[in-house]
Amino acid sequence: MTRSDYSRRNFLGLSAAVGAAGLTAACGGGTSGPPGTEQQGGGGEFTGKYEGPNVALAFWNGFTGGDGPYMKKLVDQFNTEHPNIKVTMTTIRWQDYYQKVPAAVQSGQGPDVGAAHQDNLATLAARRSIQPLDDIAKELKLEESDFIPAVWKGGIYQDKRYGIPLDVHSLAQYWNSDQLSKAGLDAPPANRQEFEQAVSKLKSGGQANPFWMPSLWPAHLIFFSLIWQNGGAPYSEDGQSATFNSQEGVEALTWMVDQIKGGASPKNVAIDTQYNAFKTGRNAGTFDGIWQINDLKATAPKLKWEMAAVPQIFDEKAVWSNGHNFVLMTQRKPDDNKTQAAKVFINYISEKSAEWGNSGMIPARNSARADASFSKLEQAKVATDVESFRFLPAVPGIGDVTFQGIEQAISKATLLQASPKEALDASAGVANKLLEENRKKFGG
Amino acid sequence: MASVDTRSAGPDTLGPAERAPAPGRRGPSRHGGRWVPYVLLAPYLLLFFAFVLAPIVYGIWVSLHIWDFTLPNKPWTGLGNYRDLFDSESVVGPDFIRAMKATAIFTILSVPLLVVIPLGVAMLMNAKFPGRNLFRAVYFAPYVLGVAVIGVLWRYILDGNIGLLNHYLGILGLPDDIAWTTSTPAAWVALVGVTVWWTLGFNAVIYLAGLQDISPELYEAAIIDGAGPWARFRNVTLPGLRPVLQFVVITTIIASANMFGQSYIITQGQPGNETRTAIMYIAETGLKNFDMGRAAAMSFVLTVCLLLLSGLVMLLFRERKPKPLKGVSA
Repeated sequence: MTRSDYSRRNFLGLSAAVGAAGLTAACGGGTSGPPGTEQQGGGGEFTGKYEGPNVALAFWNGFTGGDGPYMKKLVDQFNTEHPNIKVTMTTIRWQDYYQKVPAAVQSGQGPDVGAAHQDNLATLAARRSIQPLDDIAKELKLEESDFIPAVWKGGIYQDKRYGIPLDVHSLAQYWNSDQLSKAGLDAPPANRQEFEQAVSKLKSGGQANPFWMPSLWPAHLIFFSLIWQNGGAPYSEDGQSATFNSQEGVEALTWMVDQIKGGASPKNVAIDTQYNAFKTGRNAGTFDGIWQINDLKATAPKLKWEMAAVPQIFDEKAVWSNGHNFVLMTQRKPDDNKTQAAKVFINYISEKSAEWGNSGMIPARNSARADASFSKLEQAKVATDVESFRFLPAVPGIGDVTFQGIEQAISKATLLQASPKEALDASAGVANKLLEENRKKFGG
Repeated sequence: MASVDTRSAGPDTLGPAERAPAPGRRGPSRHGGRWVPYVLLAPYLLLFFAFVLAPIVYGIWVSLHIWDFTLPNKPWTGLGNYRDLFDSESVVGPDFIRAMKATAIFTILSVPLLVVIPLGVAMLMNAKFPGRNLFRAVYFAPYVLGVAVIGVLWRYILDGNIGLLNHYLGILGLPDDIAWTTSTPAAWVALVGVTVWWTLGFNAVIYLAGLQDISPELYEAAIIDGAGPWARFRNVTLPGLRPVLQFVVITTIIASANMFGQSYIITQGQPGNETRTAIMYIAETGLKNFDMGRAAAMSFVLTVCLLLLSGLVMLLFRERKPKPLKGVSA
């Protein structure tokens, strides 16, 4: 798979927790929370500096795409500037990451610091594999006003902050520039009418199937974007019930299926096919995440392409988004020095928000997005309207619900095995049962 | 030992205590001999208990709980997990039954092919012709590759829209829009085909060893009796291969029922989750959703099915006349 930053399984990714043994571990330095029941920060008062003995930190993440080298560079910089801290970065695919981290933390073999997606934070926190880090947020002077509200709230679980936001990333549309201009189009479509026009012009220009509709990843991200555009939502606001089989959801999925029935897309698009076809010029356009920017540059250097925000198909502007966060892993045997050093590390990278933009991501801080250096980057085009960024509710276990519910329904509908309504209704039943089980399991 | 005193002991039935000391090998060596087998077996038994029996018992214990190993609470649910598997109203019930069906379909389709084709290949390879060793290596070669390698390779070949296979079918004037990885039954044809290509070398090598064990005199005698090629195959080759055949059938059934990598990589369980096999679903439930209780319960249900099937195969091979293979899957 040529997955860049992301992979379908990261929605699946759940995580872990400590057993009873880990619960009574180190305390102190916390800003809130019942004393003695959870690790709260740890490592004493956070001063922003580390002056103790030499320590080695393990930092795990899933930056396997074009983003990995940029993180490695930042880590190397940090190591040079901090001779008494040595950070070792380990990168594994997100899908394996969310599977491995909980087990590793559980058995005391986990890393010290990690990265995690916003929609996985609640799950990781509920399983107690990550620690609250309100004190770092305070030290970093993170202000709600400097963030997209959903990103700010997404890092909070049960009134405590578990993630330091690093970036946001969203779905986008990619088009083959040569094919667009050959068909007499000067820009990617911005709305439904333009989209339909573009498709029909490209078709009459000889491109039989200009826009391929995937049946798996990132099909559900397209669906999320469309249902939000249509005024609906995949889940209720509190994340307690599935609402993706609403009228708005059925219309959203019907639009996707109509692209196939109407011939914009061929039938039976298998995993990654639409993206591979785009790279080789077999189709003219595709929807994918902004994390593909560096992948396209690296693996299809000759391809001329342009990227833009997802077109507005329905009444509202909306696009599926997610974010990367720094997290502090729970330790079986907490070491104050390591915890302190880890905080220094998180603090350091977080302040390099703008440099991280080169990885293809959008900085989470409003101030970094306003910076002139960011506006030159490719992804700045989709970041002009962060109001339209929508995020999944932060409920423990929601990734699994999406995988077993929504993704199955979309696969069945886009492979023309079931009508959109049938598929969504059946999946909503499964999703609601899973949500119910998760409530019992996580006590939420 | 108490019975020794009350028995009327004849000269040949002396108890160990009464036995006359040592005409050589009788006395002490036989006495010590009682423990020798166990001592010799101990290293294996130790491993067997630690890594086979203990995990099985622990697995049964796990399957009786709602067991998420990342959460402190693992509430007892008795047979609840097993009930859920067969309850069409539960979250896992319909998916589990569908996964078991997928495994059954794959097994029924692949086992006959994997038993018959390698036998033909082995007989060809057993004949004397120049370049024989090269052909033996060629047929065995795919088996050397890991499932990830063959999976990715075939995913690109089989892709319905940009794959090589459909491209060549189109050149030949055949239908070139078959969705090999995203629709059934085409996906089953693809998965079975890939698996046969991948693993037939293994079965062929076992057959080949069996064929080389059949005494050439038997064939000579058969020829003298006027047996043609088919009669020789029926009456010399097949009976001579019976133990090998039984081994191949059972191991192939088990291997097919454990199919995971091919659908995980090539079809990703598509369409919907029609080609998601039991093992794939168990792995998802246990390792991705951390629902170890249900995953363990599913594993035991699958194990019981496989035990029954293996028993059935052994019964069939015990009869004098081997039944045709389709009896196996019925």
